[in-house]
Amino acid sequence: MAWDWEKLQENQKKSKKTQGSDGIGPPDLEELGNKIKNIKFPGGPFILSILIVLGYLGYSMVYQVKLREVGMIQQFGKFVRKTHPGLHLKWPNGIEKLTIVNVDGTRRTEFGVTTGRTDRRMTGGEVTYRRGMEAALMLTGDLNVAIVPWIVQYKIKDPEKFLFRVYDAEGLLRDLSEAAMRLVVGDRSVNEVINEREEIATQCREVLQKELDNSETGIRLVNLELKKTNVPTKVQPSFNAVNKAEQEKETMILTAKKDYNQAIPAAKGEAERTIRAAEGYSLDRINRAEGEASKFTALYNEYAKAKDVTKRRLYLEMFIDVFPKIGQKYLIDSSQKNFLPLLNIESKKGVTK
Amino acid sequence: MKSKWLTITGFILAAGVFILLLSTYTIDETEQVVITRFGKVIGETLKEPGLKFKYPIIDMVNKFPSNLREWDGEKGELPTLKKKYIWVDTFARWRINKPVLFFQTIISVENASDIMADIIDTAVKNVIANTEIIEAVRNSDRKMDSRTDIKDTKSVKATESREHHVALGRTEITSRIFNQAKPKLAEFGIELVDVKIKRINYREDVRASVYDRMIAERVQIVEKFRSEGRGEAQKILGEKEKKLKQITSEAYKTAQILTGKADATATKIFADAYSKDPDFYSFVKTLDVYAKSLDGDSSLILSTDSELLKYLKDLK
Repeated sequence: MAWDWEKLQENQKKSKKTQGSDGIGPPDLEELGNKIKNIKFPGGPFILSILIVLGYLGYSMVYQVKLREVGMIQQFGKFVRKTHPGLHLKWPNGIEKLTIVNVDGTRRTEFGVTTGRTDRRMTGGEVTYRRGMEAALMLTGDLNVAIVPWIVQYKIKDPEKFLFRVYDAEGLLRDLSEAAMRLVVGDRSVNEVINEREEIATQCREVLQKELDNSETGIRLVNLELKKTNVPTKVQPSFNAVNKAEQEKETMILTAKKDYNQAIPAAKGEAERTIRAAEGYSLDRINRAEGEASKFTALYNEYAKAKDVTKRRLYLEMFIDVFPKIGQKYLIDSSQKNFLPLLNIESKKGVTK
Repeated sequence: MKSKWLTITGFILAAGVFILLLSTYTIDETEQVVITRFGKVIGETLKEPGLKFKYPIIDMVNKFPSNLREWDGEKGELPTLKKKYIWVDTFARWRINKPVLFFQTIISVENASDIMADIIDTAVKNVIANTEIIEAVRNSDRKMDSRTDIKDTKSVKATESREHHVALGRTEITSRIFNQAKPKLAEFGIELVDVKIKRINYREDVRASVYDRMIAERVQIVEKFRSEGRGEAQKILGEKEKKLKQITSEAYKTAQILTGKADATATKIFADAYSKDPDFYSFVKTLDVYAKSLDGDSSLILSTDSELLKYLKDLK
């Protein structure tokens, strides 16, 4: 080799005549290309091209697999081995072909979601369903139209399947994902689509993963998430009105309950009072009756022992109490028959009637 | 001469390499190969990937993809059973399972796409034309919570008419399309794996009326909620009235019973006591009446015959 090089250098210095070249060489070697043109020696370009080819082959024999990646090696088209992160050797291109696949990284694809930069730029940061809207627009089971944006996150679980079994596995994922979502949403009413996002996501994920496995895409779903589901803008006010009406209904019921609660416990209290008062009356009545009765009984017992005397005593005692209080007292002699000579006993008052 | 030697060896080597290159070929993991000699198919289809040999120049290598491929259907409006148009977007998955047949009939993957468009799109049209929209949208007869169902008997009929019984469902429809298209594509060495409906939608001009219908449906629900609210409220207020009457009347009743019982008890107590000597009772009670009723405003005329004054006239 050293010999070839020396000869080459020599020739390059010697002559500046032009000569046809086979034009092989990397692009940054324009200067070298000029030199090649100047080579006179017939073996020169041939050896040089071999050298360049050898250099390229040598270069293609060393490769690096970065973290989270695997290197898939195909020998004459046949898959022979999978290499893990690190520096590796392989046969040169033409014999062994290297494909690097990122396996640990989570990839993400969106449907009708406008977090993409292109969409942001288009609408000036405003969140609208402009570009991806068609993907999110779907029919519900009650033949209404709903907007269901969602995202799918996935990993490449099996790079061999991913590369070799399916042509454009990620494109297929997109289409399968749309089909699966519509299958699930197509069996639900628009209300369910709006309110049961979790369930839909779970079911859709199951359907989709099954499809992906059946087609041997080598893709494993990490997450399938429904963003805010809605109805088309034109219909939204009427849906909001329903929510509002539902609230109104609740309010009406609660107000009525408030009235109920305001009146009933108070009325119960009042009723209790009425009953207590009646109980009080009963106690009062019975106690008094008992009192009076026992007073009479006591009196009677004494009276029974000396009836006449007691009767007289009671009669006269009454008069002792009553007589002085009486305003006009008239005494009539029992022998006077014609008219009644009146005697005003209490002259002080001096009242004549 | 060294240089001549070198040149000759070089040429021989180059020629060798050239011939070697012409008589070898590789099959990728995603490929399968049919060898033809002067246009005639030689041997079996080669599906095993790796380095292969052939006769140089006279043998031609025809490579076909062996992996699963996707065909994206024509997006378009199709009439359904009731002549309503819907917008359908389908896709199918396929692979070349008989490359020789494929090679003889179609030759290239691009042509295959056209042929599939003819066959599958026709099948889609046929099947969709014989189904109602709902059959293609729904997948099963699953009961949905549509919030429109009202307990009143009158309105139930209205909602029932919208509740369609799903006889086929989307899976069945796509499998019908699949069954129509599969045998036709098999003639071209294509194995149809499945057909799916990617998107299904109303036509642009129908959407507006669908939206109106959706709004009307919501308005009806709004009214339902409002009247339900009013109804519930009235029910509660009625309950309140009833409860109030009940409470007060029950209290009144209890009070009356209590006082009645008390009066009865008192009466019994009095009767028990006074019946020992009714005359004495009258006497005592009468004295009470005198004591309570005679006062400063009363006038009393007493004869000397009376018990009180009899001693005034004479002392017997």
